[in-house]
Amino acid sequence: MRAIVITFMCLISLLSSVVYASVDAPLGNEMGSEIETPPFNTEIQNLLTEMTRVKLNKVIPVLKALEEQAAAESVLDQMLPMFNTMLNGELYYVKKTKQLVAIRKIEGEKKHFSVFKQELITSLPKKATKKIRVNNKVRRFLRETISRLQLSAGDPESREKAVISLLSELDDSTIATLKELKETEENQAVLEIMAVAIAMHTLEHNQDAAQRLEAVTALSGRLEREVHNLLVKVEIAEEDLHVKKAITKSLKLIDQQISNYEFVDKVFFGLSLGSVLFLAAIGLAITFGVMGVINMAHGEMIMLGAYTTYVVQMLLPNAIEYSLWLAIPLAFLVSGSMGVLIERLVIRHLHGRPLETLLATFGISLILQQLVRTVFSPLNRQVESPTWMSGTLDINPVLSLTLNRLYILAFAFLVFGLLMLILNKTSLGLNVRAVAQNRNMAKAMGIRTDRVDAITFGLGSGVAGMAGVALSQLTNVGPNLGQSYIIDSFMVVVFGGVGNLWGTLVAGFSLGLANKFIEPITGAVLASILVLVFIILFIQKRPKGLFPQKGRAAE
Amino acid sequence: MSLNLNTLSKLFDRGDQPGSRTLPFVVVLLVVMVFASISNLTFPTDSMFYVTTYTITLLGKYLCFAILALSVDVIWGYCGILSLGHGAFFALGGYAMGMYLMRQIGDRGVYGNADLPDFMVFLNWDQLPWFWQGMDQFWIAMIMVALVPGLLAFVFGWLAFRSRVTGVYLSIITQALTYALLLSFFRNEMGFGGNNGLTDFKDILGFNLQEDSTRIALFVITSLTLIFVLLLSRAILNSRFGKVIVAVRDSEDRARFIGYRTERYKVWLFVYSAIIAGVAGALYVPQVGIINPGEFSPISSIEIVIWVAIGGRGTLIGAILGALLVNYAKTRFTAVLPEVWLFALGALFVLVTLYLPKGLMGFVEQMKARKLQSKQRNMQELPS
Repeated sequence: MRAIVITFMCLISLLSSVVYASVDAPLGNEMGSEIETPPFNTEIQNLLTEMTRVKLNKVIPVLKALEEQAAAESVLDQMLPMFNTMLNGELYYVKKTKQLVAIRKIEGEKKHFSVFKQELITSLPKKATKKIRVNNKVRRFLRETISRLQLSAGDPESREKAVISLLSELDDSTIATLKELKETEENQAVLEIMAVAIAMHTLEHNQDAAQRLEAVTALSGRLEREVHNLLVKVEIAEEDLHVKKAITKSLKLIDQQISNYEFVDKVFFGLSLGSVLFLAAIGLAITFGVMGVINMAHGEMIMLGAYTTYVVQMLLPNAIEYSLWLAIPLAFLVSGSMGVLIERLVIRHLHGRPLETLLATFGISLILQQLVRTVFSPLNRQVESPTWMSGTLDINPVLSLTLNRLYILAFAFLVFGLLMLILNKTSLGLNVRAVAQNRNMAKAMGIRTDRVDAITFGLGSGVAGMAGVALSQLTNVGPNLGQSYIIDSFMVVVFGGVGNLWGTLVAGFSLGLANKFIEPITGAVLASILVLVFIILFIQKRPKGLFPQKGRAAE
Repeated sequence: MSLNLNTLSKLFDRGDQPGSRTLPFVVVLLVVMVFASISNLTFPTDSMFYVTTYTITLLGKYLCFAILALSVDVIWGYCGILSLGHGAFFALGGYAMGMYLMRQIGDRGVYGNADLPDFMVFLNWDQLPWFWQGMDQFWIAMIMVALVPGLLAFVFGWLAFRSRVTGVYLSIITQALTYALLLSFFRNEMGFGGNNGLTDFKDILGFNLQEDSTRIALFVITSLTLIFVLLLSRAILNSRFGKVIVAVRDSEDRARFIGYRTERYKVWLFVYSAIIAGVAGALYVPQVGIINPGEFSPISSIEIVIWVAIGGRGTLIGAILGALLVNYAKTRFTAVLPEVWLFALGALFVLVTLYLPKGLMGFVEQMKARKLQSKQRNMQELPS
């Protein structure tokens, strides 16, 4: 509930800042008259004023007194925004009146806000305020206080987070609070983590070996880093043999689990890289499979898609959450039509001369790169991720998957499924496969091969454009974005076998996995070199890739 | 004497053979070489005949590129192997020469270490890596200039040609090869100066590299090397070996069925071409004064191919002319309109492949043929 209120307030303040920006000059209010009078009694009021006077090393006692007083008056939760503001180093006071204000940067401009209601204050000149300084000690104190406050917060999630953030600094009073709160707690996850906190405290401070042993059992299998650190710490000092044994055992278990999850993490990153490789390569696989030509401008199709995302975002700055949905089809259209254009103007005239096609498309890639450099700038551009794509999916303290990579992985499978559908279930797909297998025979059967060529090229380029949208969520968008993918994509196509979507899928993911598993051993550069060398050697053994086409189609 | 003349005229005059019109070209090149050298050395700087040392160095650089283009033409024009990684052999030759020049700096570097080049001192290395041993001897460095590219080409070619990797596959693998080398030479741990490469050279064989006379000597050596390589390539391609090479280009299967081990021919031609490229790199480095991993970048390799394509592949002379023309244009363009150069280069790629598939030399041939045709037609029409 409170979270909603705060969000609402933030929204209002944001809105008002927009309104403020449109007004030329603030009206001539008296300086600082908008600042709210906090709804507290005089004692708290005095403490707040005290804070602006005391020196940095005396501020903690004041804060403590403030917390106690607020608890006594049961207005503690209203202090939370103040503590947070202070923790962020945004707490200031007006020099004359000693009133507290917050200063926050909005769109690069410093704006004043009231501390407790977070409303915009427009009448304060910049130099009228002074910062309340904080150091690490104060910050730590504030963080603990905030956690303690949140322990009694409304939703279980923030309660759980509060307990976790307390794990590193457990003292007797916190444990007492935790034990008390545990009685009334209903959420299972919060209860569990509270039990962990209590067990940690017991293990460290309790004199009774039996209880310590019990605590170790309670802690075994927990993946929190604090638990691990504590176990390592007490293992050395432990005198009771049984307890020591138990600690060693549970440490081993935890280490085992951690390494398991790290393995899963590596697999995830490998799959993520694989999905990127797959997306970059699949368009090339289609055009190369059907027409036997390499489009060296393929990387630039990816780049165009990424820039389309950027442009869409520039045009719709207020709809970053949804602009991606618009960018995907648009990127397909932009890159696809560029592909059709290239096919019509250049590639068609070089039919049957694959090496010349390679050179001509390389020229096109140079032109496109320079075009983007001239139009946009040689510098990299940042594309913002929508909020639903940023952040992580926390599975446990060791393993957390970044959401954007997860979405791109899903996107890769979606694209794969769609392409499979198009190629296997539509008449267009039938034509494309026929031309890929035997161009002359297809022509004899009445298939307009030149049209199929153009459509195939458009399809392949369009898919590359969609890959560009996905890539824009992972890296910066720049003129050289595509160049770095052309060799990798070709490797994937060669590895998987030409004209075979399954092969491309398997090849993309296995190369991604291989890269990520070699990387920690040899470093990123050497890993990609090793993969390159491996493929060069692989082609020696199987020139047609992992899944060669069989039968007469292969000729 | 007459026999000598006969062989000489045979070498130069068969118009339908690889490297025809070699004689006029060689003469022009020699004249330019002699004129440029003499005018730089004898005329005063304000004379209108004076050629600046900068121009000499620039010409020398172009000629190095011409040798490089020749090496690509030998395999692409005559054997149909489109290598997109020939810059790698060029750079390897250049690095071998660069290592020698680096060792010649001795204790005149910034850190004054007599044994270790500056970048190694900077990286806190305490001794030379094994592959730097002996590189202070000129003859060892020269062997390396030919051996390293040759060996790499042999291993790579043997692997690729034996398993019959051809066409676009081969092209992309060569590109991957130079890309992999690019990545590795960027690493400091490789021991080749990382990102900055090798530079700050002082002298070669005891001659100061900044001296005009050294520059001219290098230019003359480069010109003579170009002529030698041109004649050698012509001789090789006119020999029986060369005929098989052309047969492989036109129909490898047929040549194989007749009984030639085509992969062996291809490997040796590839090795020959790589060695030429390495020599070109070795001549390039002392004149330009730097070698860095940028030479390995795929784009510089593919640029070589466009020189050859523009000049006309399969003509040897065309490759040389293409390299000279494009590089002259590049120098001009990048000085005046740097951002237009990539547009122009890209357009060249597209237009040449579309409209001049045989390059400038092919265009000239075509014009000649057309003239001849119309002449014949006139002759036929006249009697009536």
